Amino acid sequence: MRLVESKVTLYLTYTALAILLAITLFPIALLVLNALKPAAQIVQNPLTLPDTIRWDNFTRAWQDARFGRTMLNSAMLAASTIVLVCTTGSLTAYVLARRKIKSWKIITFYLLGTTTAPIQLFLFPLYFGFAKLGLINNILAVSLIYTALYSPFAIMLLRTYFLAVPKELEESALIDGASHWQVFTKVMLPIVSPGILTVALIIGLYSWNEFLIATTFLQKADRVTAVVSVFLLSGQYTADWEEIMAAALIIVLPIVVLFVLLQRRFIEGMAGGAVKG
Amino acid sequence: MHKLYVVPTLIINAVIILVPALLTMALAFFRWDGITTPAFVGLQNFQALWVDHVFWTALGNNLIWTAIFLVVPIAIGLVAATMLLVVRRGSMVFQVIYFLPMVIATAILARVWQGMIYSPVSGVNGLLQRTGFQTLDPLTQPSTALFGIATVDLWHWWGFLCVIFFAALRQVPHEQIEAARIEGASFWQMMRYVLLPGIRPTITLMMIMTVIWSFLVFDFVYILTQGGPAFSSEVLSTLAYRSAFYDLAVGKAAAVSIVISLFGLAATAVYIRAQAKEFQQ
Repeated sequence: MRLVESKVTLYLTYTALAILLAITLFPIALLVLNALKPAAQIVQNPLTLPDTIRWDNFTRAWQDARFGRTMLNSAMLAASTIVLVCTTGSLTAYVLARRKIKSWKIITFYLLGTTTAPIQLFLFPLYFGFAKLGLINNILAVSLIYTALYSPFAIMLLRTYFLAVPKELEESALIDGASHWQVFTKVMLPIVSPGILTVALIIGLYSWNEFLIATTFLQKADRVTAVVSVFLLSGQYTADWEEIMAAALIIVLPIVVLFVLLQRRFIEGMAGGAVKG
Repeated sequence: MHKLYVVPTLIINAVIILVPALLTMALAFFRWDGITTPAFVGLQNFQALWVDHVFWTALGNNLIWTAIFLVVPIAIGLVAATMLLVVRRGSMVFQVIYFLPMVIATAILARVWQGMIYSPVSGVNGLLQRTGFQTLDPLTQPSTALFGIATVDLWHWWGFLCVIFFAALRQVPHEQIEAARIEGASFWQMMRYVLLPGIRPTITLMMIMTVIWSFLVFDFVYILTQGGPAFSSEVLSTLAYRSAFYDLAVGKAAAVSIVISLFGLAATAVYIRAQAKEFQQ
């Protein structure tokens, strides 16, 4: 089915789409290009190809951003958030999707409401409370904050997966003598596992990229996350941009590769929820 | 039995969000530096905001931001999504690349724009200046700082909307499109009477979310200008953050947070009503 017949219209449309493509890729291309250059060449012209490829930008970036340490922090933070969100979220999503409890409606709307609450509404008491309890610079404590922040989104997404499972499956398992817990773990979870995988990917991405909470709660030099360590590489006025770009590329590249490989899952997870409601 | 299933989620939510949120509401009526005992001051924090011109600048900036984001990215997203629908072939590749900035950390994107584009030393801006153009670094001018930041957020954001609108457009029933074609509808008539009405719920939802998100904007402002120069690009969220952690005026920060939440609350009420329809089924 074609909406437009004329070839000219089609070519013009492709041209417009290509311009948007160039605008999207331009800053990213600058990031890659200048990560490979010597500093002097960036100041001369950020648009040119590198004369000599400076691999040492990356080794310097790795050392100065202490990626050996900070990437491990980010990975631990993302991993514990993923585990917490997926376990607690799938339990809640199942109960809400199947309306197992009377209060399912109130809980659903309450969770929807918290997705729109500004972080500042709870940030300050939380910070000073954590400070009192000695939980600042504690990665597990921060992953609890992420869990609270991202759970509603995860639950709404998982809910649609649970809704798609036929009720008969559950009923026949119960008739065969399975307990409610067995129905959930042995029947439901395996069927919705693609949904859990999508949620894990998105939550991992969000935790890896998050800035405001990470920079507030993880301040000690050996506790900061990888993204924050790139942010800290420069004072506002003096900056080794080739080193910052190299550090940025180190963090961004694995994410982009993962995104390109699993694009369908990422896009469905991040944008799909909005379409389905 | 099934009640227990929701307990972990609700406990974590209560400890991290609900209880601290209630505390924030209380703190808005206290003077507190985060360490000593809070002192009750009634409405003083709000009165102080009322006469604080930085607060009004920040509120105004949030409103400007909302207006920009209700129009520009939604328009670009809709046009691009329609164009993807027109060309069909290759639309998946375009869509993936338009979406790409959304998976990169905002802190990193902010640094790239700051250093490689806006900077008069190392950026494209500096190159233009050296070749004789009278360009300025928008982030250093009070009149343009907010728009400089908004440009970065727009660039990073519109692709997300494009993907959402494209997905919605593809769900418009084929029979409707075929019927309109048989009736001899032109492309614009097709847009006006079939496609746009078909995705109206999605557009409405995105507009509500835009209002909510516009009052939450933080990362790009905090990294690119920290609200400067001279508070010209301050938004409510950065004002609250600075008050609490730099000025140790936690009561004032809480009062600002209440203001942010009130705007969010109005939009959220509309949002939940829109979502409620789906849950009634």
